[in-house]
Amino acid sequence: MAKKLLLEKAHIEGIRHFDVYRKEGGYAAVETALKMDPAAIVEEVKKSGLRGRGGAGFATGLKWSFLAKPEGVPRYLVCNADESEPGTFKDRYLMEFLPHLLIEGLIISSFALGSNRTYIYIRGEYAWIVGILEQAIAEAKLHGFLGKNILGSGFDCEIYVQRGAGAYICGEETALIESLEGKRGNPRIKPPFPAIKGLWDCPTVVNNVETLAAVVPIINMGGEEYAKIGVGRSTGTKLLSACGNINKPGVYEIDMTISVEEFIYSDEYCGGIPNGKKLKACIPGGSSVPILPANLLLKTAKGETRYMNYESLSDGGFATGSMMGSGGFIVLDEDQCIVKHTYTLARFYRHESCGQCSPCREGTGWMEKILQKIDTGKGTIADIDLLWDIQRKIEGNTICPLGDAAAWPVAAAIRHFRDEFEWHVNNPTKCLTQNYGLAKYADALGLSA
Amino acid sequence: MVKFSDDKLKEVQSMIDRYPEGKQKSALIPLLHLAQEEFGGWLKPDTMDYVASLLTIDPIEAYEVATFYSMFNLKPVGKHVFEVCHTGPCMLNGSDNILDYIKSTLGIEVGQTTSDGMFTLKTVECLGACGYAPMMQMGMNYREHLTKERVDAIIDECRNEK
Amino acid sequence: MSEEVKTVKVTIDNITIDVPQGTSILNAARMIGGDVTPPAMCYYSKLKGSGGKCRTCLVEVSKGSEADPRPMPKLVASCRTGVMDGMEVKNITSPRVTDARNGVVEFLLLNHPLDCPVCDQAGECHLQDLGYMHGKEATRYEFKRRTFDKHELGPYIQLHMTRCILCYRCVYVADQLTDSRVHGVLSRGDHSEIATYIEKSLDNNFIGNVIDVCPVGALTDKTFRFKNRVWFTKPQNAHRDCSCCSGKVTIWQRGEEVLRVTARKDQWGEVEEWICNECRFEKKSASDWVIEGPTHVSRHSVISQGHYENMKKPKEIFSAVHDGRSPKLLMDIHSVSEVNDPSVDLSKINGSASSDTFKLSRKKQ
Repeated sequence: MAKKLLLEKAHIEGIRHFDVYRKEGGYAAVETALKMDPAAIVEEVKKSGLRGRGGAGFATGLKWSFLAKPEGVPRYLVCNADESEPGTFKDRYLMEFLPHLLIEGLIISSFALGSNRTYIYIRGEYAWIVGILEQAIAEAKLHGFLGKNILGSGFDCEIYVQRGAGAYICGEETALIESLEGKRGNPRIKPPFPAIKGLWDCPTVVNNVETLAAVVPIINMGGEEYAKIGVGRSTGTKLLSACGNINKPGVYEIDMTISVEEFIYSDEYCGGIPNGKKLKACIPGGSSVPILPANLLLKTAKGETRYMNYESLSDGGFATGSMMGSGGFIVLDEDQCIVKHTYTLARFYRHESCGQCSPCREGTGWMEKILQKIDTGKGTIADIDLLWDIQRKIEGNTICPLGDAAAWPVAAAIRHFRDEFEWHVNNPTKCLTQNYGLAKYADALGLSA
Repeated sequence: MVKFSDDKLKEVQSMIDRYPEGKQKSALIPLLHLAQEEFGGWLKPDTMDYVASLLTIDPIEAYEVATFYSMFNLKPVGKHVFEVCHTGPCMLNGSDNILDYIKSTLGIEVGQTTSDGMFTLKTVECLGACGYAPMMQMGMNYREHLTKERVDAIIDECRNEK
Repeated sequence: MSEEVKTVKVTIDNITIDVPQGTSILNAARMIGGDVTPPAMCYYSKLKGSGGKCRTCLVEVSKGSEADPRPMPKLVASCRTGVMDGMEVKNITSPRVTDARNGVVEFLLLNHPLDCPVCDQAGECHLQDLGYMHGKEATRYEFKRRTFDKHELGPYIQLHMTRCILCYRCVYVADQLTDSRVHGVLSRGDHSEIATYIEKSLDNNFIGNVIDVCPVGALTDKTFRFKNRVWFTKPQNAHRDCSCCSGKVTIWQRGEEVLRVTARKDQWGEVEEWICNECRFEKKSASDWVIEGPTHVSRHSVISQGHYENMKKPKEIFSAVHDGRSPKLLMDIHSVSEVNDPSVDLSKINGSASSDTFKLSRKKQ
């Protein structure tokens, strides 16, 4: 049984409420932290090796250390709860079941960074969670963990919940800041980075829900102890949200030492694939990261076991690997159509593009149209090559990572499943009623030979 | 005329107070949500002008924001809005069938409202309920693990609601 | 006491220049000039916050700086990236850049209606120039092009949303030159559009400048609409006493008639001084203006090809130019050359012809 640091108490009756949470040892980390020097907290987070859990996996302690501290200018901590990456629903689970864990993490982090006004920006659709969080904030305040002079430390902090209104792009930190300022969610052109010029042009740190919650066990056990969990640069535990064609969809906490195969087939996690179907493919880290065919998912190109951690999942680069991303684990069984699935993702990115920069605004719509054309049996072989060229010209050339996020799924689908795209082209009628089935995996590197 | 009640105006003020002085524009999205709830489920130009006036911003700033975010309705909608997710993970779990079923049951296409003004059908992109697919949003809540039976029950529930 | 501005060295396409610290790569390239300068469709030096959106000015930074020589992994928007001391930049010398720019041009033209024959911007359109310089001869897009509902912006400004590339310049103009903005970018993604939401006319006294900053034919002058092609009109620098603006403009004439008034633009197509609506739309008579002389038009070749500038009617007759000699205009070429003898039928010669062919034929005669 893997060690749980975040969800251990998720199933305790009434844990949503302050009294129960407190009785279970909650807010002890705040008591510890407020007696520490803020810089020492940053140091503990650095030692823990914690990496951003939103998708990019950037070292949290390092990000915190970049925060500018000019005299007389407020600094802000913003919690990114705009969870919108297809396949990802872990933050929702954490906020719904353990709101106080997030609030506790936020108080500590606010203290470490010197933020007296901290905002939780939550996606607009999670409307009912706003109430849960506000309840938790009110309870914390009532017990002196928020407000003026918290626990006599002299530190003041208020936490506010801000609801978005339906825009994936606001998960990008500068778009989130724009949205929080009451504007359209257009990502900013960087530099300057938020650490220098963020919310209302003040130094700002934006962190994911899970990242901020993880600060609580880091303070409780110490950064060094936290870093001992996991493997390599994948320290601590990670929440994964598993969905698609599996027996037990849901949110799981893993310690990043288990194999992908165990995660899919073990009854402790996904519980295998329903109806005895075979595994066809999987997107291991949210819809933006490359899809992998079963053979490359379970084993790396070198034939080694692939593990559920940052390094192992990206082993082989994009040619034969993928990414940990946000931990949105999407499983496709043998009956699923890669073309159709890629089309729905392309449609998603077109719908969510802010429209600010030309490659993404124009390219995402173009890819969607071509994928729909191939999916409905009207495509040509040239369309597949064109699709490849379009994604290539979007990737890396946009203001924000949404361009890459839109390009990668298309690229990976063609890279590994070109046969299936061609089958659609060559079987324009059959593809409307039948599926290609298990792939004859494209094997660009000749690894299976 | 579009105007919040005194109680709601107090709520508006508490929303504005969440931000430092002079940053009241930050309350735009929360206020648009509130206005949409209060004034008929959609944002008339008058409503947006009113919200802009509360924040002392130009009306165009409210229009720009309202048209950007998918949760703001710029046209009238039915009493109950079914927002069915059809992105990848929901599609893998049969959202297409659910969508077809709702269409045939209600006799409307996506984007339409039933003639009695009861139901509007929309498709939406990923709502973060991939593990509980297929799903749809209905007002403030999610309806998950949808089956034809569940859809029937939801429609009945709406029709019986007073 | 003014602070000394530090200069830094930057090399763009192998040309090194010293520029003040804080200069963007694009502006450093403009100081060098010529092909080294990346095209810019959204950046506008006079509009704060502009740039970064169109992605046409992407360049490769092959060396970050003297202190940190690592190359930047991605191409960067040169308009929004500051130079560092010792930075090395590749623009047209980078195949990555030309390839990416090629892609950007294709994206910008993807949904563009290509209605240049009936577009008032034709001839001074930056998208036309960009397409010509960096584009491909055909589109690979085979779907229906995007359309928008038509919106009226009042008596002066014509909006053609289908032509818009969403550079946001007109939004910045309204934000920075007028006290209340009534138009903006509405909707999202590929449906984003410039509009007022509810029909409103743009009537601020400086709003006409949106026409000048628009790189394409999305915002054009209604008072000039379909009056003439720009390359048939003659740009002249002119001024008048104006109580709201500098009154320094370019008037575009056909004969004595003033067909259009615009702000004066520099070599990058940017307005030198903003002008007011009265100067732009109301003063359409030559007598309204003190004409200074032809406008120097260097960049938009199709207009400069009118040779309005420096065109002087010669006073001398032709022989005077030739020191009194009469021009020898007619010359029998056969008297000076054996080649091209009309008596030789070239089609009857087997193989290739040489001068000997003509010699032989002459002998035969």
